[in-house]
Amino acid sequence: MDKPLTQNIRLDREPLDIDEYERAGGYRALRKALQMSPLQIQQMVSASNLRGRGGAGFPTGRKWAAVPMGEKARRPKFLIMNADEMEPGTFKDRLLLEGDPNQIVESMIISGYAVEADVAYVFLRWAYKLAAARVTKAIAQAYEKGYLGKNILGSSYSLDIYVHTGAGRYMCGEEDGLLDALQGKRAIPRTKPPHSVTCGLWGKPTVVNNVETLVNVPHIVNNGPEWFRRLSRTEDGGTKLYGASGKVKQTGIWELPMGTTLGEIFHEYAGGMIDGYGFRGLLPGGASTSFMLEEHFDTQMDFTFPQQAGSRLGTGTLVVLDDKTCPVGMLLNLERFFARESCGWCTPCREGLPWIMRILGTMENGEGRSEEIGILQEHTWLLQLGHTFCALAPGAVMPLESALRYFRDDFDRHIREQRCPWR
Amino acid sequence: MLADEEKREIDEELRKYDRKRAAAPEALKIVQKHRGWISNESLDDLARYLGMTTEELDSVATCYNLIFRKPVGRHRIFVCDSVSCWIMGYEPVLSHIRQRLGVEMGQTTADRRFTLLPIACLGACDKAPAMMVDDDLYVELSPTKVDEILDGYP
Repeated sequence: MDKPLTQNIRLDREPLDIDEYERAGGYRALRKALQMSPLQIQQMVSASNLRGRGGAGFPTGRKWAAVPMGEKARRPKFLIMNADEMEPGTFKDRLLLEGDPNQIVESMIISGYAVEADVAYVFLRWAYKLAAARVTKAIAQAYEKGYLGKNILGSSYSLDIYVHTGAGRYMCGEEDGLLDALQGKRAIPRTKPPHSVTCGLWGKPTVVNNVETLVNVPHIVNNGPEWFRRLSRTEDGGTKLYGASGKVKQTGIWELPMGTTLGEIFHEYAGGMIDGYGFRGLLPGGASTSFMLEEHFDTQMDFTFPQQAGSRLGTGTLVVLDDKTCPVGMLLNLERFFARESCGWCTPCREGLPWIMRILGTMENGEGRSEEIGILQEHTWLLQLGHTFCALAPGAVMPLESALRYFRDDFDRHIREQRCPWR
Repeated sequence: MLADEEKREIDEELRKYDRKRAAAPEALKIVQKHRGWISNESLDDLARYLGMTTEELDSVATCYNLIFRKPVGRHRIFVCDSVSCWIMGYEPVLSHIRQRLGVEMGQTTADRRFTLLPIACLGACDKAPAMMVDDDLYVELSPTKVDEILDGYP
């Protein structure tokens, strides 16, 4: 089984330095890419069916095709790698950043060339200290080798890459919030259009892609779009980093074919539940996805099929709920996070999330009232996509809406018994 | 007034951007590193240097979790309180820390050694529960392990 993204990563040793990375085939893709035109690379990426791995699944080729190209484009143009991984339950980009930093840099140079970027930033989460040190070193070594700076490998293309470490805010993972933070402002979303590909950083064309999305690019250039599509078991090309946390036998991250079933990930890779614990449900891709149950284990985890089960792929890292953990308590934990991280820009999110949090809190404290179930249900509609400026609140109500369907008895029991049955 | 050392580090950051104010979050972190926290006076000093109003810079400072507008202790303990760490039992770990230090979330010990703060998902969900002390990540926490870790921060 091909594992292009993690082939160089060994958890028990230091990452490859730039010479070892080159000996393992690194920077071959950059040389090949510079022999092609930027538009040819864009077409390869489009043909590969690569979709954004940050959670939204937007086709990468289509995003790049919207970037103004050539003489008429306003300069400088920017490429940003979104490495502000902060979705609760998600730890996949950390592996790529820490495990193969040279791959990070090479993928940014090739992607930068494909959209004719002049400057690139790694927008890195403050907490990822080890990643910051390793990526910074890989950038410095790339400059020494002539892979970065003026006239890369004698070509007419020039690029500078900088590392920006955030100051801690979930909103910075949202594209507009990230751009605000990079410009030294409070992180708040805005209405679209214009989209950032035409009007982003300082009003200039700006491409923002997730870490896992971009590291696919050198492999697509090396092996071609057909190879990339064949890696997947469904229409969405490539492999996917799946993971699991919670009371499963084996936690971790695994690179598997896109479209691997939920049951395979849970049983074969996560090893099922720790002895003594039963399975209740799971969030398939971080905090802002809907619960999935055992009846959904045949679902192929790509950007299409989980929607038939009322959920979505999200970041692909499972958060598993066991039978000794209270579902209402889990919801309270999730909604407290979202309420705290709301930027307060739009009313439904600013007012709605704390209200949800307070109701769940009263249920957990044994003071829940039956009419509050209806208020919670109403909020799952009020905070939907289209009612807010960004995806934070719509994401926050996904686990709530599904929990009210799947674990309704648990909510009712809290109210009936006026206590949390798990405490 | 910003110290020369602070100016030197901020100038290094300014090289990365077209506009001065873009370095605001990083510059706040630099001043905070030298002074421990961001006082009104620090805010004035820095705003002038970056060509922003104090109010503009305060709107940035108060947006981010890691910029402290109140004094903090010598060491900051960030306990991850997100979902995977909750499932794996961060609450017993946290109550142990609270008892040991005699402080609630957001408070600083009387000897100014530690400030206890909540933090969103640290991306260490596979080894939950997790926390950071200053710049160091600790995973698979238990009350005993926490005692050993905190002893290492004088």
